Amino acid sequence: MSLMEEINRKAFDLTVPLSVQLDLTWRCNENCVHCYLDHEGRGELSTAEIKDILRQLSAAGVFFLAISGGEPLLRSDCFEIMEYARSLQFNVKLKTNAVLIGPEQAERLRKLNIEQIQISIYSHRDEIHDAITKLPGSLQRSLNAIRLLKSQQLKVSITTVLMKPNRNDGQDVRRLADELGVGFNVDPTITPKMNGDRAILDLGITFQELQNCFNTPEFVGDVGEFCAPPLPVDGAVLDGSPCSAGHSACYISPRGDVFPCVQFPLSCGNLRETAFAEIWKNSEALKEVRSIRVRDLPSCSICLHAGSCTRCPGLAFMEGDMRGVSSADCEKSRARTLSIVHRDCRDPKSE
Amino acid sequence: MADMYIRRNSWIATRSLGDEVIIMSAKDSTFFTLNSTSAAIWNAADGVTPLAQLVESSVCAAFEVDLPLALADAEQLVTDLAVHGILTVSDHPIEAQQD
Repeated sequence: MSLMEEINRKAFDLTVPLSVQLDLTWRCNENCVHCYLDHEGRGELSTAEIKDILRQLSAAGVFFLAISGGEPLLRSDCFEIMEYARSLQFNVKLKTNAVLIGPEQAERLRKLNIEQIQISIYSHRDEIHDAITKLPGSLQRSLNAIRLLKSQQLKVSITTVLMKPNRNDGQDVRRLADELGVGFNVDPTITPKMNGDRAILDLGITFQELQNCFNTPEFVGDVGEFCAPPLPVDGAVLDGSPCSAGHSACYISPRGDVFPCVQFPLSCGNLRETAFAEIWKNSEALKEVRSIRVRDLPSCSICLHAGSCTRCPGLAFMEGDMRGVSSADCEKSRARTLSIVHRDCRDPKSE
Repeated sequence: MADMYIRRNSWIATRSLGDEVIIMSAKDSTFFTLNSTSAAIWNAADGVTPLAQLVESSVCAAFEVDLPLALADAEQLVTDLAVHGILTVSDHPIEAQQD
């Protein structure tokens, strides 16, 4: 077990909120076709409220703080907030489209020692990326920002959500990331909108394309390990918890709503009404999330994939039951397993 | 032997987790955990109190350890942490603005 895994395990066991994503705004200068947020402003927290929340999060033991949105840099106080967060010695990651990052912003981020800047790039082609973001010129602005951030020796990572419009561009984005000297992650999952609208799921790639994605070392690393057959379902698996959401991680919306995760819109309380520690400790919703073990999941507990499935309880919740299945994860687990079968059955002479 | 002074650097990220302290250097992303003894020294590292005095008050008193042994371990610890930029070591008191 790596040191980081040990820390995560300890936080989980102690129910310490080690990781929090704090969205500063719903507003965005891009309007991505697959975005799960609705961008209507509904009363964002003030600077003073956010600083108070950061103090509370620090006292609660939060170490990893992801600042996101919407586009967080649309807030004129974003740097003030990040500076305050760093003064409280959070490990800060900024999730941004980087369109608003110029030389001055890049230098300020370096001076703040931001741990990582995560930037969404959907394609190496302007016409595809800009069609997804619906912001003309956005690819070149984001790439210019990445170069500026790299010139400041900052750690940058590109994230690519694979969907129908960019289904063929993942490898080229990976090459682009390598050329830029930045990290790369691919995510083949389209999630429903937080308001429950599932229409955007139609943008998702096909099962065959998902299999291809999982068979691509540039996307998943060691394919054999990633696509390993499901582990035996034993007592340890059944006594396990589905994921860290609500145990050692949570999400805070731009108006202070606390959820177990950004993909788990189960309201646990609001920080304008209740202190974070009180919500974290006593929220009935969080207690329910924490009480669930794999053996409590009617369908998943009898599934052969239970030992290695990446089941997301939030996506299951959005399908109607946090103890139910997450169809997207069922599909991913099947795609991984069938990938192995496919490879094992391949004629060696054709290799 | 000259006094040794230690001060936590401001570019780190750190938090207590149970009886340990977790630290990440923002300069090279090196990740550390300190056990309760090391954490006691870390938490007392104010830049102006000599290390020997920190060890005596924070470690020996709390953990019933002899000073010479504890101090030798502490000197090794702070040297390791200084290599990764987690803290600053000096033979004179360290002011806050020297970060």
